Amino acid sequence: MSDYTIKDKVALVGIGETQYYRAGQAPVSEFQLALEAIQKAVADAGLRIEDVDGFASYSDDRNDPTHLAAALGIPQIQFSNMHWGGGGGGMAGAVGNAAAAVVAGYAKHVVAFRALAQGQFGRFGQGRGGAKVRGPLAYTAPYGLMSPAQMFAMKTQRFMHEHKISQEALAGISLASYKHAQRNPRAIMYGRPLDRQAYYNSRWIVEPFHLFDCCLENDGAAAVVVTRADRARDLPHKPVYLMAAAQGTGFRQGASAHNAPDYATSNFKTLAPRLFEMAEIAPKDVDVAQIYENFTGGVLMSLVEHGLCCAEEAEAFCTGGNLEWPNGGLPLNTSGGNLAEAYMHGLELTLEGVRQMRGDSTCQVQDARICLVAAGPMVSPVSNLLLRN
Amino acid sequence: MSDSKTTSYMPEGMPLPAPNDLDAPFWEGTKNHKLLVQHCPKCGTFQFGPEWICYNCRSEDIGWYECSGKGKVYAFERVWHPVHPALKDRVPYLIVLVELPDTGNVRMVGNLLGDPEQTVRIGDSVEVVWEDHEEVTLVQWRVVK
Repeated sequence: MSDYTIKDKVALVGIGETQYYRAGQAPVSEFQLALEAIQKAVADAGLRIEDVDGFASYSDDRNDPTHLAAALGIPQIQFSNMHWGGGGGGMAGAVGNAAAAVVAGYAKHVVAFRALAQGQFGRFGQGRGGAKVRGPLAYTAPYGLMSPAQMFAMKTQRFMHEHKISQEALAGISLASYKHAQRNPRAIMYGRPLDRQAYYNSRWIVEPFHLFDCCLENDGAAAVVVTRADRARDLPHKPVYLMAAAQGTGFRQGASAHNAPDYATSNFKTLAPRLFEMAEIAPKDVDVAQIYENFTGGVLMSLVEHGLCCAEEAEAFCTGGNLEWPNGGLPLNTSGGNLAEAYMHGLELTLEGVRQMRGDSTCQVQDARICLVAAGPMVSPVSNLLLRN
Repeated sequence: MSDSKTTSYMPEGMPLPAPNDLDAPFWEGTKNHKLLVQHCPKCGTFQFGPEWICYNCRSEDIGWYECSGKGKVYAFERVWHPVHPALKDRVPYLIVLVELPDTGNVRMVGNLLGDPEQTVRIGDSVEVVWEDHEEVTLVQWRVVK
């Protein structure tokens, strides 16, 4: 094994989140939500807030680490880091960057976090742009292509065409998340079950996405504490080790006007092989997966590009309850994820990965040893993690 | 090159393009009903959206090539949920991603003219239709029978 790896050198030792609220419903400010989630994660780790010496986030999180440190009375910050890119593509990247800082010796206890209060700052699903648009937006917005759902429906339509995949695959992904949320009291959709008929009866947002193919938008915050594996053994929870982390993007995935040469992709083709190589495992070794659902179509492509199924089998893989706990072959998004637990830009998926590895998920996969966490799909850059216990 | 023109597909109040230093030749082209794609004379690479250098050979000496305006539907979507106030009463509408075979298969986004509930097939042949506004001309598409 190369010395230049983080494999097994880092552990995720504490997780915390606020109550999750519907978009715009949080009774406190986004900054207060961040403070609460961070303190809960540190307490869960059995650490004192004074032990925290670094912060990592993504998606231009508005809660500046120096302000957080001032508010929390943290004696010194030794690492602060923002992963580029909008959306949730940097979620696993923020955890990976926190891990890199710990291994490099920059800091001892780094908190990766994300806070969102959309009432305070506006929603993602609305089109933007005034009377005039310039640059890349000028090639799309005048034609009514302006929201994330519209950006990614186009890729999904192409992928489904190339591989002859029907709406059933997308339905299967959505139904799994909603089913799992029914066991999770934290979930926004707890007590709001979804069946196949209701999925198909729901309105189109943009074909091929029905309403229930689209993530929620929520207020709340989540945080995870990362430290060195050798320090983790003295802490209260069973350590959850980071086997591998990867981040990045493929060839010209950032080209404007939908001109990425490889178009119908989740953008994990270059990352997934690196991730599994670092972890020294194969895709078949994954027991449970937490895959970012901005839209179900991206999950479909992510499953294929992580080698969990091939494109030709993808529809069968996503249907017939195969993604559902407890009997499915690969339980997916066991907390309900972005579709049905809460949209914390995916960080709730890493928290759920930690719960699975500790053995205390509300949809606990029996004897689960390895969990995949993937963030982003169809954006640039994307990122992913492999966790083990 | 098709000379066909259309009235506005989208309602009043939608954002309209304004040129910047990089793409002014593209929007000058559409105004003159010419569809221009960046082309590197040194290595022959076509690219869209515009960039300051050729992504293949990094040459800064990058020119513009007039595309025939004939393409194929690479992907499409029918939008039902309006995300902009101007679109409140204008759903559904159709967006197509068109691949242009004579300019290196670069792609452009536009609306597919005609019935928004028409059946669209990936691979269908389309051609450009010009949508003139006061200051700018948009690039739209229609199916070629």
